Amino acid sequence: MASITLNNLGKVYAGGARAVGGVNIDIADGEFLVLVGPSGCGKSTLLRMVAGLESISEGEVRIGDRVVNDVEPADRDIAMVFQNYALYPHMSVRQNLAYGLKNRGTPKAEIERRVGIASDILQIGPFLDRKPRALSGGQRQRVAMGRAIVREPAAFLFDEPLSNLDAKLRVAMRLEIKELQKRLRTTSIYVTHDQLEAMTLADRLVVLNGGRIEQIGTPLEVYRRPASAFVASFIGSPAMNLIDSAAVPHLAGSAHAGQIGIRPEDLTVTPDGPIQMRVLAVEELGAQRLVHGKTGDQRITITMASDADLSDDLRLSYRPNALHLFHRDTGKRLD
Amino acid sequence: MIENRPILNLLAHLTLILGVCIVALPVWVAFVASTHGPTAFMSGTIPMWPGDQMIANYSQMLGAGVSTSGTPPVGVMMLNSMIMALSIAVGKIVISVLSAFAVVYFRFPFRGLAFWCIFITLMLPVEVRIVPTFQVVADLGMLNSYAGLSIPLIASATATFLFRQVFLTIPDELTEAARIDGAGPMKFFRDILLPLSRTNIAALFVILFIYGWNQYLWPLLITTSSDYYTIVAGIKRMADAVDGLPQWHLVMATAMLAMIPPVIVVVAMQRLFVKGLVETEK
Amino acid sequence: MKRTIFSNQLLPWLLLAPQLIITFVFFLWPAGQAVRQSFLREDAFGTRTSFVGLENFARLWSSPEYLNSLQVTAVFAISVTVLSMGLSLLLAIAVDRMIRSTRVYTTLLVWPYAVAPAVAGILWWFIFNPTIGIMPYLLGGLGYDWNHISDKGDAMTLVVIASAWKQISYNFLFFLAGLQAIPASLREAAAIDGAGPVRRFFDITFPLLSPTTFFLLVVNIVYAMFDTFGVIDATTEGGPAQATNIMVYKVYFDGFVGQNLGSSAAQSVVLMGLVLVLTVIQFRYVEKKVAY
Repeated sequence: MASITLNNLGKVYAGGARAVGGVNIDIADGEFLVLVGPSGCGKSTLLRMVAGLESISEGEVRIGDRVVNDVEPADRDIAMVFQNYALYPHMSVRQNLAYGLKNRGTPKAEIERRVGIASDILQIGPFLDRKPRALSGGQRQRVAMGRAIVREPAAFLFDEPLSNLDAKLRVAMRLEIKELQKRLRTTSIYVTHDQLEAMTLADRLVVLNGGRIEQIGTPLEVYRRPASAFVASFIGSPAMNLIDSAAVPHLAGSAHAGQIGIRPEDLTVTPDGPIQMRVLAVEELGAQRLVHGKTGDQRITITMASDADLSDDLRLSYRPNALHLFHRDTGKRLD
Repeated sequence: MIENRPILNLLAHLTLILGVCIVALPVWVAFVASTHGPTAFMSGTIPMWPGDQMIANYSQMLGAGVSTSGTPPVGVMMLNSMIMALSIAVGKIVISVLSAFAVVYFRFPFRGLAFWCIFITLMLPVEVRIVPTFQVVADLGMLNSYAGLSIPLIASATATFLFRQVFLTIPDELTEAARIDGAGPMKFFRDILLPLSRTNIAALFVILFIYGWNQYLWPLLITTSSDYYTIVAGIKRMADAVDGLPQWHLVMATAMLAMIPPVIVVVAMQRLFVKGLVETEK
Repeated sequence: MKRTIFSNQLLPWLLLAPQLIITFVFFLWPAGQAVRQSFLREDAFGTRTSFVGLENFARLWSSPEYLNSLQVTAVFAISVTVLSMGLSLLLAIAVDRMIRSTRVYTTLLVWPYAVAPAVAGILWWFIFNPTIGIMPYLLGGLGYDWNHISDKGDAMTLVVIASAWKQISYNFLFFLAGLQAIPASLREAAAIDGAGPVRRFFDITFPLLSPTTFFLLVVNIVYAMFDTFGVIDATTEGGPAQATNIMVYKVYFDGFVGQNLGSSAAQSVVLMGLVLVLTVIQFRYVEKKVAY
C-alpha cells in the first residue's frame, strides 16, 4: 500500500517527439485514479512510465516515499493488468499466477496460500490447471487480475483491461473491478479511452489531451464543471452541445465567450424558449429519445422523454446555471 | 472441386499413381538389388523382384562391411552420420536461437553490423569456398574429428531469421508481464521464449537433421581416417572400390541404409517437416 | 521492432559470440582468402607465390574448359528446373483435386526430399548402368543404345534426371501450398462465368500461382547450381569429356585434384558473385523481408 506521486513528469522520444509533458498528480494511498483521453493522448505512456516499462525523460515518479525513476519494473512493487491479458500461453493458470512469486523466491507454501486466496476472490478455482487458451475472455481477464492480486503489490496498474471484452461482459467486469478495489484498498491507476468506464470506476479522474492534463477531479466535478471545451465534449454521453457564441448572441455571456456549452439534458422543449431548433434526426433509446438538429448553422442534440410531442421545429429553453462558457482561443472555462 | 467430372478425377488419380511409381522406381530397384546374391548381376539385366539374400546382405554390411573398399562397417558409418547430423542440427538451433534473441531483444552498438555478418553466410555455401575452408579446418587441426565434421557447418542465417520472425510475433506485453514478474533476460529466454518456440524448434530440427545427414562433400574432404567416414560420403568410396567386381547388391544395401533414417524422419514427422520447410523459406 | 527490450550491453555480445565466431572463422575468413588467392599465382613447385592482378580471371574467360563449364551449368540448371517444376506442378494440380486422399499422396511424394543428392546419384547410376541397368535394357528394346560413360548427352540426361528427381518433393509441397492458398471462390466465380477446367487453370490458377512459381524458379536454379555436387561426384565426376563438369564441381576439381589454387579461387569468387546476385533477386522479388 502506498501513495504515488508524479512530479512534473514528461516523456520525449529519441526523435524529439513529445508524448507527455508537465504531469503532476498525487495519488493517495488506496485511491482509484483513472486516466482517460482519446487515443494518442499519452495516457498509456504515462502508465508505462509508472510501471517502469517506459524510460522517464523528465520529472520523477515516487511510489511511497521512494523515487523509482531508475528502478526495474520488478522492483517497483507494482502489478499490471494488460489489455490483451499477456497470460503466458504455455503455462497453466496456476503457473501463471505463481510465476512472479516464484521469481522473487517466495516460499512454496506462501505461493500456494496466495494463489488459493486469489482464486477464491476471483472464482477461478475450477480452472487453475487449465491453459489460458482453454478459457473464455472473461475468465482470462480474471486470471490476469489474479496475477496482480497474488503479488499483493503497493499498486495495481490497469492498461485498458476491459477493451477486449464484449459490451455485456465489460459492464459486469467493470463492477467487479470496482468492488475488488474497494475490498483490497490497493492504490490503482487505470487507463481507458471509454469515458463511461472512467466515470463509473474513478475516485478521481484525470482527463488527458495531447500529452497534457486537461483536468483532474472527481467524476461529478469533471462532469459538472468541465475545465475546458475538450473535457466538456469528451466526458458525458450524449456529448455536451458546443455552440459558437456568434450564432446565439442572445444567450447570457455569449458576448465574451468563444463557445457556449449546454448538456443535452439541460435543454427542455418549451413553447416560448429562446432557442429555435430544426429537427434533422431522431434516435429512440426506449425510455428517452435523442433528437438531433440545428440552431442556425450549429448542430445540437437534446434528450427528451420518448412519449413527449415531437415536431419539425422546436423551441428550447435552459436553466440559467446550465451554461458553460469557454474561451475563444484557449478553450478554457471562463468562470 | 467445382464440377464433378469422373473422367478428370480418374485422370488425376492415374497421373498421381504414375508419379508415385516414377518417384519410387529407383528405390524399388535398389531394394530389389539389395536382396539378391552377387550372382544375380552376372547375367544381363538386374532382377525386378526381391530375392532371398536380404538378411545376409544387410547383416554383412552393418557388421563387417566390404573389406576391399577400405570403408568401415556400415553400422560405424551410420553412427558417424548420426553424430554429425545431430551435432549440426542441435548446434545450428542453439547458436541461431541465441543470436536471434540477442538481435530482437537488445539494442547495442553495431547490432546492424552483427546482423549483416550473419546474413552474409547465406551467400557463401560451403561448396563455393571449399578450398580455403578446408585449409582453415586443416590449420586448426580439425581434420578427422567430429568437431571438424560439424562445427564449420553450424553457422546459419536461415535459422537465425526463422527464430527472429518467431520472436517478433510474440507480443510485447508478454515480455512486459515477465519483466514485472521479475524475470531477467535469461530467465525470460528460458521460461517464456523457448517454450513458446518449441514447435518451431522441432520443425527446424527435422529439416536440419536431414541437411546434416545428407552432407557429402564436406565429410568426403575432411575425413581421411575411415573411423570418421559417414555413410553418405562412404557410399561413393564403396561404389568406386567395387566397380571392378560388381558387388552392386552390397552397394544398394548401403544406399538403402543411408536413406532409411532421414526418410523415416520425414514420413513420421510429415507435419513438422512441412512446417519446417515452409518456414525456413519465408 | 520490439517495444520492450532488455538494457544489458554485454549479454547480447555473449549470445552472438558463437554464431559470429563460427561465421568469421569458417565463412568470412575463407571467403576473404579465396578473394586474396584469386589475385595470386603459385609457381610450378609451389615455392613462390606472386601477385598477378586479374590474370586468373582473364585466363578463365579465355579458357575453353571454363566457358564449357558455364554452358554445361546453364543447360544443367535450366533442364533440372524445368523438368522438376513441370512434373511437380502436374502432381500438385492432381492432388489439389483430391478431397480425401491428399494426405496419402503427399506422403508418397515427399520422401525423396530426405534422400541425399549423392545417394540419388548412385540410385540412378545403377538404374542406367549400361550393362545391367533396367533402363538401358528397355531403351535397347526401342533401338536406343544408352551409354552415359561414353556419350555426353546420355551423361547429362542422367545427372539431370537424378537431380530433378530429388527436387520433386520440394517443388510439389510449395506448389500444393500455393494452389491451396487460392480462394475456391475465385475458381467458382470463373466456373459460373463459363470457364472450363483447362481455361480456369490458365486464366485464374496459373497467374495467381506466379509468386510461388517465381520463388521456386530461383530456389531450383540455386539448388541445381550449388547443391548437386553430390549427384555429379557420385556419378559422372564431370565427364565424359567435361560434359557434366558444372561450376561447383570444377572449383573442387581444379582446387583439390588439379591443385590449381589461383584458378580455383578465381572460380570461387565468380560463384560468390553469382550467389550474391541470386540472393538479391530472391530477397527483392520474393519479398523476403530482411529489415530487422
